[in-house]
Amino acid sequence: MSRNFQVVNKSVRKIDALALALGKPMYAGDKVPPGALHIKFLWSPHAHAVIKSIDIRAAEQLPGVRCVLYHGNVPRIPHTTAGQGYPEPSPYDTFMFDTKVRFVGDRVAAVAADTPEIAAAAVAAIQVEYEVLSAVLSIDDAMKDGAPVIHDEPDAFAKIPVQYEPGKNLAAFVGMDVGNLDEGLAGADVVVDESYYAHYAQHCPIEPHVAFGYMDPEGRLVIVTSTQVPFHVRRIVAQCIEMPIRQIRVIKPRIGGGFGVKQEVLMEDVVAMMTVRTQKPCLLTFTREEEFVSSRTRHPIRTRIRLGAKKDGTFTAYGMDCLSNTGAYGSHALTVVCNCGSKMLPLYRAKNIHFTGTAVYTNLPVGGAYRGYGATQSSFAVESAMDELAEKLGVDPLALRQQNHIVSGETSPVFRALGEGKAGVEQSIGSCELAKCITLGAKEIGWKKRGDWRKKTGRMRRGIGMACLMQGSSIPEIDMGAASIKMNEDGSFNLLMGATDLGTGSDTVLAQIGAEALGCDVSKIIVYSSDTDMTPFDVGAYASSTTYLSGAAVKNCAEKVVKQILAVAGQMLGRKPSELAHGDSVVRAKDGSGQVTYSEIALHSLYNAEQHQIGAMSSHITHKSPPPFSAHFVEVEIDTETGALKLLKYVAAVDCGTAINPKLAEGQTEGGVMNGISYALTEEYLFSATGRMTNASFQDYKLFSMRDKPEIKTILVPSYEKTGPYGAKSVSEICINGALPAIANAIYNAVGVRLREGPFTAEKIWRGLRAMGAKA
Amino acid sequence: MNAKTIQLTINGEARSVDVGAGESLLHLLRRIGFTGVKNGCDEGACGACTVILNGRTVNACLTFAFQAAGGRVETIEFLGNFENPHPLQKALADEGAVQCGYCIPGMILSAKALLDRKAAPTDEEWSLHLDGNLCRCTGYEKIQSALRKLVAAQGGDQ
Repeated sequence: MSRNFQVVNKSVRKIDALALALGKPMYAGDKVPPGALHIKFLWSPHAHAVIKSIDIRAAEQLPGVRCVLYHGNVPRIPHTTAGQGYPEPSPYDTFMFDTKVRFVGDRVAAVAADTPEIAAAAVAAIQVEYEVLSAVLSIDDAMKDGAPVIHDEPDAFAKIPVQYEPGKNLAAFVGMDVGNLDEGLAGADVVVDESYYAHYAQHCPIEPHVAFGYMDPEGRLVIVTSTQVPFHVRRIVAQCIEMPIRQIRVIKPRIGGGFGVKQEVLMEDVVAMMTVRTQKPCLLTFTREEEFVSSRTRHPIRTRIRLGAKKDGTFTAYGMDCLSNTGAYGSHALTVVCNCGSKMLPLYRAKNIHFTGTAVYTNLPVGGAYRGYGATQSSFAVESAMDELAEKLGVDPLALRQQNHIVSGETSPVFRALGEGKAGVEQSIGSCELAKCITLGAKEIGWKKRGDWRKKTGRMRRGIGMACLMQGSSIPEIDMGAASIKMNEDGSFNLLMGATDLGTGSDTVLAQIGAEALGCDVSKIIVYSSDTDMTPFDVGAYASSTTYLSGAAVKNCAEKVVKQILAVAGQMLGRKPSELAHGDSVVRAKDGSGQVTYSEIALHSLYNAEQHQIGAMSSHITHKSPPPFSAHFVEVEIDTETGALKLLKYVAAVDCGTAINPKLAEGQTEGGVMNGISYALTEEYLFSATGRMTNASFQDYKLFSMRDKPEIKTILVPSYEKTGPYGAKSVSEICINGALPAIANAIYNAVGVRLREGPFTAEKIWRGLRAMGAKA
Repeated sequence: MNAKTIQLTINGEARSVDVGAGESLLHLLRRIGFTGVKNGCDEGACGACTVILNGRTVNACLTFAFQAAGGRVETIEFLGNFENPHPLQKALADEGAVQCGYCIPGMILSAKALLDRKAAPTDEEWSLHLDGNLCRCTGYEKIQSALRKLVAAQGGDQ
């Protein structure tokens, strides 16, 4: 649906791009006050142990050591590090420092010192006596009778009424049924019942976590941090160090990538405590190894899919049981596993639907929010199972999807049943161009040439696979965004937002939305985000919410400002507002009798008559979470002698509503696709027998580089989402979900090897080929 | 600790700076204000700390500060400014190739090193040359297209 837009739906240059390319000091680590102390952690060497004693005297006595923190000298306050709305759906199972360690890399103590070297020496000087406990190093071990209890502390609890049984290592459980799955399966002609495992991975922002604190001249605590959630940081820090919120200011400068890992209040509590204790600026920067081991990861999830279908392809049953490893703490445990169901179950129609989501504690690295947020894990399972079902039915997997996917005007009982820690919100699908995504993507990849793997010969064999995807746009009736706008003498506007640009370009996208409504060029918008003292509240950058939710807040706010502009212009021109039109930073009388510029209007309102500041503030919540839809296609070539896989081409066709900035929407898609590919093919956590990650470096954990990149083709398929600002939906998360299933399906199509666990290394493919050969 | 004074030229300016024993060039440059040099991994694997030392790109994290004694160092701050950005800076900004931007200074300096040697690199040459500069945001697609467009605009014969 085309609209006559002036500023949105245009690829204006990202407003901070040039400054960043010039290397200006824009990140937290670039702004550290001189003389800042350096904080270093002592991390646990054990997967599971009780701290019998700690002696910090030797560390404290080192010259240059200013503060040592451990469980004995900080308040014990249960909280969650998950930066979520309040009250958080993640359990309060974390303490600044505890008497127990729960994974290799857990916090034991921290030191602030004059230099990083002194801090490191002091960390080494801390004497700890551990009583090592047996560790839980797999999902299955966590649930065994008599398994070691990881959270046996009496003060851990769930803040909201959800199923939480730490005595059984159960961090979260959620379930739903519509109809009866067993009856649906019994009534099916064909059934697929398989399990798929989406593995550990890390976000790997090129900027590791960094935060510093200082006391301002009036004794308030200021924290500058690379966060996606500045307001949640303020709230959780206030909770952890027992300081009133009014005493704390959190500033988010530019962020060097987040992808969810910076939706976590991971270090700010210690930075805050050190700053308050020493009354000196304190800096904490994670090393790359710490980023891998001690920050957050993608929850590994094993998903069992049960699909039943009639011979004609109609689904009779659609069951999903997800078993998530949340690691040592329950950060996002409930909501990620819940999202496995809520994002992928509504994608296909079925009479009988079943879902369980179980998250268990283990003594392994901690899960957290990661772009895709459960949908990545479950889409691997669902979209692989779809191909397996199509094979059994003897139909084209593309056609099977076309026959069963949700379309505009339909609803799903899942929307109401599954929310985030509470019941969901009923919604019917508004905009949906998934059908077109499938058609256009199939054409671009050359679906027709695909063929059956059994007919392929030769050493090098090609295969094509696909996956359909759906995500959401914000969390309905939970998330809130707000913006304020004020007008300046030259007709420019300050746009102040709590929304948090983590490199996505949301400052630009929201400025475009503001400019469209205000009737001015985007260069007239001065964006400031996010600062808890200066900008209105926003939950932050997560849940694919910023464009859809915060964008609507900006639009509402700009519309309020336009009313004020028209009122002043009306006085100046002797006209009623209804006789006026605005645009191009000018208000004109519709009859052509006169006009005033925005600058003249601002000057008039500020200096001449009935002086006032033209400006407004708006908040927005949503009652829907309109899904973006996407179809991904990939062509691979497999060397049947070595198992080596070559990616030939990747196509992502995505319906994100109106792309407010098409180039940035493409950029989101391309970046997510590449991250997904890298995850599917190379990225994985390797552990020792005692639970230590053994490949915590970019040398041993392979990220795709430019050289590894296949041809990526992004197709933006426009729709118009009526509930979104200028028709927009989200785009950032959905694109990471396709690579695992699409590549798995392509591998199968090439050589007949079905991989149900990533990453799809040459070795796994080769072993699969060998197993087939042995059978034959 | 064990500071020693070295002379070097940073971005065209002769400097005399104290360096610690074992201090990396990355640490030195950031310490004295050249924060355009980024620390992504501190182990020579991500390229965010790329600078040009005596005409060659190096990972500043793997270079001792004293190795730059008597040498010429160029950082991203030297390449351009708002009024007159380097064509690479402008090309990447225009094309949407700068998302979080953290890898971009290193990416640009690496690209410059190739562009200084070769007027019109091919996609393959770019990929090979920029292999050591990791980006997690863009999938490299817009970076590649920016480089292509730059070469075309500069009259490259590709």
